[in-house]
Amino acid sequence: MTSTVTDSPLSRPGEDAEVIVRFENATKTFVTGKGKGRREVTAVEDVSLNIRRGEIYGVIGYSGAGKSTLVRMINGLEPATSGKIQVDGHQVDGRTEDQLAPVRRDIGMIFQQFNLFTSRTVAGNVEYPLIRAGWDKAKRKARVEELLQFVGLTERAGNYPEQLSGGQKQRVGIARALAAQPKILLADESTSALDPDTTQEVLGLLRRANREFGITVVLITHEMDVVRSIADRVAVMDSGRVIEEGPTARIFSAPQTETARRFVGTVSHDAPNAEELAHLSQHSRGCLVVVDVRDGVDVGSVLSSAAARGVNFRIVFGGVSVLQKQSFGSLTLDLAGEPQAVEETIAALGELTTVKEVSA
Amino acid sequence: MNWSTMGPQLLTAIGETLYMVSVTMIIAGLVGLFFGVALYVTRPGNLYASRVVNTAINLVVNFVRPIPFIILLAALGPLTDSVIGTRLGQNAAIFTMSIAAVFAVARIVEQNLMSVDPGVVEAARSMGVSRPKIITTVILPEALGPLVLGYTFLVIGVTDMSAMAGAIGAGGLGDFALRLGYQRFNDEVTWAAVAVIIVLVQLVQFVGNSMARKIMRR
Repeated sequence: MTSTVTDSPLSRPGEDAEVIVRFENATKTFVTGKGKGRREVTAVEDVSLNIRRGEIYGVIGYSGAGKSTLVRMINGLEPATSGKIQVDGHQVDGRTEDQLAPVRRDIGMIFQQFNLFTSRTVAGNVEYPLIRAGWDKAKRKARVEELLQFVGLTERAGNYPEQLSGGQKQRVGIARALAAQPKILLADESTSALDPDTTQEVLGLLRRANREFGITVVLITHEMDVVRSIADRVAVMDSGRVIEEGPTARIFSAPQTETARRFVGTVSHDAPNAEELAHLSQHSRGCLVVVDVRDGVDVGSVLSSAAARGVNFRIVFGGVSVLQKQSFGSLTLDLAGEPQAVEETIAALGELTTVKEVSA
Repeated sequence: MNWSTMGPQLLTAIGETLYMVSVTMIIAGLVGLFFGVALYVTRPGNLYASRVVNTAINLVVNFVRPIPFIILLAALGPLTDSVIGTRLGQNAAIFTMSIAAVFAVARIVEQNLMSVDPGVVEAARSMGVSRPKIITTVILPEALGPLVLGYTFLVIGVTDMSAMAGAIGAGGLGDFALRLGYQRFNDEVTWAAVAVIIVLVQLVQFVGNSMARKIMRR
């Protein structure tokens, strides 16, 4: 398969990349119960976002945040109650189940519970969408072989799903979803039922599908680690709304909302929490400050000139990581010395970056 | 028991029972499959969700199923007469048996289809497979094992019905046991019929079980 997308992990679709999935004020309301017990639940509320061709787009949120519904609105498994959804130039909203079929053939999907056909072998599962798409037998056979090789399950072709491990099942799911050469791959909590090693294996396959076939991947998860591993951009969902959206590195380095901060906190614990802060304060000899570290912020030079002026510093907490070529993190410093000199050091740091005094 | 006179009559009765049961199973099996699938796919949230159609089929099924077969045999007399041309004999019995069995088959099919993982249906929908194709190439193959067991179970019910067919002159093992055995105080004849039925049912159950085991790979 030829593709204009380069294999370099550093060359990613930019601001000017073509939009492949567009949500405009999309809302999905479910009606539950009837009569007096009738209730309306809004799963997705007024969501507008653009997913670019060739990117890996993450959607993160707690369970019940509406991310599963959101991703199902892309292929019409959940029809929108209002608003517009466009996929690769086709209007998705307003289509009937039968009219959705041609749109869906360009969208592969993988599931948390894999959803393999138990009545078919591994090869049979991968071949099924090709039969439905009308491929002839010889072409199907070649394509199934190619895909099983891609997911590393050639020897398992004749096995039935119940003979496979969870990770192997998901790899069959990926091969099946990619079979008919879709333009978009939807991954619905595709690693949530898997252990950490297997998760990385599956994410690796999604990344390769993205890089080698130029396929756009929309991935929903409640694990920030998954987003950090592969997403170019991420949307944070809470109570049916997208409350924050942007490049993954930006969300990690400067989360704007409390929910985003909590998710970031689950993977990068670089600032002390209240309990840890109380402990640090007890043992502090001077003034505790939390300093944000980013590319181009030279904390070191400020600290060396502070040391020359008799300010004694200790790093008591912190962490710095690199994501999408950008460094970010924070350091907690204990500054001791002349009050005047300490004040000036904090002021000097404040000119470079965000500084938070956390104890007197 | 006098085998020289009873033997040929027993063989005829076995033939009549086999004929009635197998023809009924074919007719009711196919028609019942259709209604069972219809019951399943019109359930709320399913492929062809329709409250009206689902309620209508349910109503008919629940209306016919509790009627004792021997009464149905008599009650459907006029209908049987206009369709088959007579109220008596094997074909008349097959007509009524088929009607009664259709609704039992429909229920069994519906229940077995419910065991299909909705996630698998969703996967097929996500591939853009048409709804008729989802039914024939996903739902039915996924439920094939339980369906075979369900149909096997129904053969016993239909055999039970066939024993009453003697009431409208259709012969069969039931008629053999009652007329030649019970009414003539010839218990051996009755027990011969019982033994044959047990063997027949065991055979059907054995074939059904091994087919289902093969399909479900366990």
